[in-house]
Amino acid sequence: MPKIIVEVMPKADLLDPQGKAVANALHRQGYGKIQNVRIGKRIEIHLADAPTAEDLEGAREIAESFLSNGVIEDVVNIHVEA
Amino acid sequence: MKIGVVTFPGTLDDRDAARAVRLAGAEVVPLWHADANLHKVDAVVLPGGFSYGDYLRCGAIAAQAPVTQEIVKAANGGLPVLGICNGFQVLVESHLLPGGLIRNENQHFICRDQKLRVENVDTAWTNAFELNQEITIPLKNGEGGYIADAETLKRLEGEGLVAFRYLEVNPNGSMNDIAGLRNERGNVVGLMPHPEHAVEAGFGPDTFGTMRSGVDGAKFFESVIKAVVNA
Amino acid sequence: MSELVNPVANLDTVAVAATTPEKAQPWKELGLKQDEYDRIKEILGRRPTSSELAMYSVMWSEHCSYKSSKIYLRQFGEKVTDEMKKHLMVGMGENAGVVDIGEGWAVTFKVESHNHPSYIEPFQGAATGVGGIVRDILTMGARPIAVMDQLRFGAVENPDTARVVHGVVSGISFYGNCLGLPNIGGETVFDKVYQGNPLVNALSVGALRHEDLKLAKASNPGDLVILFGARTGADGIGGVSVLASETFDSTGPTKRPAVQVGDPFAEKVLIECCLELYHAGVVAGIQDLGGAGISCATSELASNGGAGMRVDLEKVLKRDESLTPEEILMSESQERMMGIVPKKDLKAFIALVEKWEVEYSILGEVINEDRLYINWHGEEIVNVPPRTVAHDGPVYHRPVAYPTWIDALNGDSVANRGLARANDNATELAAQLVQVVSSPNQADKSWVTDQYDHYVGGNTALAQPDDSGMVRVSEETGLGVAIATDANGRFCQLDPYAGAQLALAEAYRNVASSGANPMAVTNCLNFGSPENPEVMWQFQQATAGLADACLELGIPVTGGNVSFYNQTGDVAIHPTPVVGVLGVIDDVARRIPSGWQDEGHNIYLLGVTRDELDGSAWAGVIHDHLGGKPPVVSLAGEKALADLLQGASLQGLLASAHDLADGGLAQAVVESSLRFGVGARVWLGELMERDGVDLTAALFSESTGRVLVSVGREDDVKFVGLCEARNVPVLRIGVTDVKGVGAGLDGAVLAIKDVADFDLADLRDSWKGTIPELFG
Repeated sequence: MPKIIVEVMPKADLLDPQGKAVANALHRQGYGKIQNVRIGKRIEIHLADAPTAEDLEGAREIAESFLSNGVIEDVVNIHVEA
Repeated sequence: MKIGVVTFPGTLDDRDAARAVRLAGAEVVPLWHADANLHKVDAVVLPGGFSYGDYLRCGAIAAQAPVTQEIVKAANGGLPVLGICNGFQVLVESHLLPGGLIRNENQHFICRDQKLRVENVDTAWTNAFELNQEITIPLKNGEGGYIADAETLKRLEGEGLVAFRYLEVNPNGSMNDIAGLRNERGNVVGLMPHPEHAVEAGFGPDTFGTMRSGVDGAKFFESVIKAVVNA
Repeated sequence: MSELVNPVANLDTVAVAATTPEKAQPWKELGLKQDEYDRIKEILGRRPTSSELAMYSVMWSEHCSYKSSKIYLRQFGEKVTDEMKKHLMVGMGENAGVVDIGEGWAVTFKVESHNHPSYIEPFQGAATGVGGIVRDILTMGARPIAVMDQLRFGAVENPDTARVVHGVVSGISFYGNCLGLPNIGGETVFDKVYQGNPLVNALSVGALRHEDLKLAKASNPGDLVILFGARTGADGIGGVSVLASETFDSTGPTKRPAVQVGDPFAEKVLIECCLELYHAGVVAGIQDLGGAGISCATSELASNGGAGMRVDLEKVLKRDESLTPEEILMSESQERMMGIVPKKDLKAFIALVEKWEVEYSILGEVINEDRLYINWHGEEIVNVPPRTVAHDGPVYHRPVAYPTWIDALNGDSVANRGLARANDNATELAAQLVQVVSSPNQADKSWVTDQYDHYVGGNTALAQPDDSGMVRVSEETGLGVAIATDANGRFCQLDPYAGAQLALAEAYRNVASSGANPMAVTNCLNFGSPENPEVMWQFQQATAGLADACLELGIPVTGGNVSFYNQTGDVAIHPTPVVGVLGVIDDVARRIPSGWQDEGHNIYLLGVTRDELDGSAWAGVIHDHLGGKPPVVSLAGEKALADLLQGASLQGLLASAHDLADGGLAQAVVESSLRFGVGARVWLGELMERDGVDLTAALFSESTGRVLVSVGREDDVKFVGLCEARNVPVLRIGVTDVKGVGAGLDGAVLAIKDVADFDLADLRDSWKGTIPELFG
């Protein structure tokens, strides 16, 4: 059954201490070429039937009002996946 | 004088907040998350803990709870509200206070006796302090890093809305060493450290002279009683 | 994933088992022996079904049945007087022991291991270890009020150690903090013997009113059997997959994780829900689901209650619909409880679990027959006598052999080796002191313990780094309990009988040093493989030592845990019996801090110092040596010392008390000074003369039965008089000095005559710097 995918990332200009810690760990492991790491969330919304355009719109609202905190996060992607 | 103490699934410091209220001389009214009713309390405490397991974001799900909707309405009408740690996170998620709270900079949970400076005494929860008084309050969290965009920070500093600032050590990477905030009206205060753990001699932080004798947290609760009585 | 069309296709039912006796079964792969498999067939009168085989194999495993240790653990129940049992409300054999502490209050406490999972997956292993022990406490009807943990890791230089340390500490922090339980103490030790096999022991203590005591039994036919909490998934199944491949073909199981994954939020909710269920009186019996999950819960509840049970296994709420019945029976999914609920209380039960949004499922009921029946979609897959599963497991008499290497080890003492002492070189001696106190095992562990909440609950009276953790139980009267845990693998390697007694003596002394009266014991016995006769000798010796010592001190073992098979390759760990002692204090306001806070107090050393450096921290750190015999234990002396401390504390004579253990007097003096940043002037000449020891021994000997106390001037005469009246050796060895000012501890000095004047700030930096530098 197709589902709606929402991807949330911390705002580009704000701190991402988790991403920074992971980048540092990778550097210690020898991955010198990695400049930066940022970590977000992937959320799957499963409906009973295949999502309609209306469902997608509704999901966008949920994504922006609840699944992400607009002060510190951005919804970077929302789409239907098979 | 009745003070409500909220319990969400996963709230941990409600019993401590209740004790602090009782020691200050007020009556405790337990407020259940699913109950959209504040039972005519004079003030509300949102205690610390891991409401809803910190799922999604700390305080995010609690911010949607029926009781929280009532608290937001009442706060907008002037009801004193204190958010401690997870409670501060709920206030931020409810937009009663600006900014965000993220994972500690060093990625670890930290429990320490934290020195703070009280930078605003014109609130319902800090009027019993002296301006710029230095206090020691236990701090214990993993997601206590305060962040806000440049504009918000400028406004907070400019309008004197920073209520507490970390001294000596910034335990979590909070911007501008911000430990706690107030709203414009002065009825809503949020902070990461736990005043309810510094209200009973023998169980608080160490002071210079004596083990576990620190009770700086008691003034939070004395303040709100004064504020309500004088209202 | 589509539902199984026919859930009973290929099902190994009782009917099928009765008619196919020749079917080959993977009893060996499941860890059973031939004679055990034969015994199961004898009990049932036929071959077991695959579900029954799974149940017996896990319930008869070492971990669940204690088959190699049972004959020795009996001593804890046998070497007991009526006087010792006076305050014991529940003894060994239940989920945790329960002790009456007065005023209608009781406490329950226990320590358990989660060693092997913590090497595989340190974070989840440690986290679920905390979860498991807390559930055991909850199951007794108590509110859990504190946790402690005893951690043993490999060598600090080995890069793999950091992996384990970070995972374990984060895991404990993650789970314990989220439950709202203060962490009030424990130990962190590094030794290469634990390299491939870290020890993660977790202790929890809970408080309850007498009338709230709950037991894990199902006694009333007609009562409902209800599984509630988290859904059942494939956690911890691992080896049982062997069975899954027997009964499934096309819809085969996905890869089953061997590790359990914990959700502390689910457990926190479960704690609050259970406590409300208890107070509402709607639960007649309760069992938590730990190792062996549903197999254990059903068989134990039935067996303990002397009744039987009928269960419809398909009613279990699952996370994964493809789980086979064998997997469901074996699953070690966390945060689940099994309650026995009288039919009349069902409505009230449901209302409470729904309030907390906890899922539940009625699996069946208690029956008036000595039989456990489990059906799967109407087909009988288990039909066994519950006692044979839960309590009548195999009892082994494993071969015991006196180790071939131990006489040589005992002969290799510090004296016989001629290990150099720097008695005439004050500079060298001072350097050795700093080296010892800042070595990883002796150094400050705040880097670890600052990751744990010690405030939650508002009842913590003492926590790390004090000698014991102390929690207030009654807010009205201040009644509280103190707990200390100790173990010394090095001493136990030299002499397991003495080593176990030394661990008990130290924990006992720790509790007494904080002002509490020792009352009860728990233990976690961490040993190598029981298939190694020399390890069995160590186990035999250690359990005898512990049982004998408990008898002499008059405090009973209330419960505990055994962990075997702790090895790195073929090399066993040092025998490491962890002993926990619980004490009671009438008012926590009377507790005694472990360091001095005032200037101008007299410092006294209680007890006698002998030249006992074998196995000491000094021998290990300065000379990398382990050999000889451990310090002598005098239990009568410990008892007299503890009684003295009680008496002195009741009269308010003690400003501080710190017991002497690893690192000897040097460690104790340094820690007492650093506790509040107050200096001291100490002299050892009189001690050396009175006890006939040299300066190195005076500083670093680990003789037992000694405590360092500070006493205000006005209480001197009374205090010394009290010691003399009770025949406890007492010697003034110093005075407390100035308190350091500010973060730099300005002005504070620890001056040890004929050794050095140590700047307290420098000592602090050395002592506090080691662990963060290694792991920060």
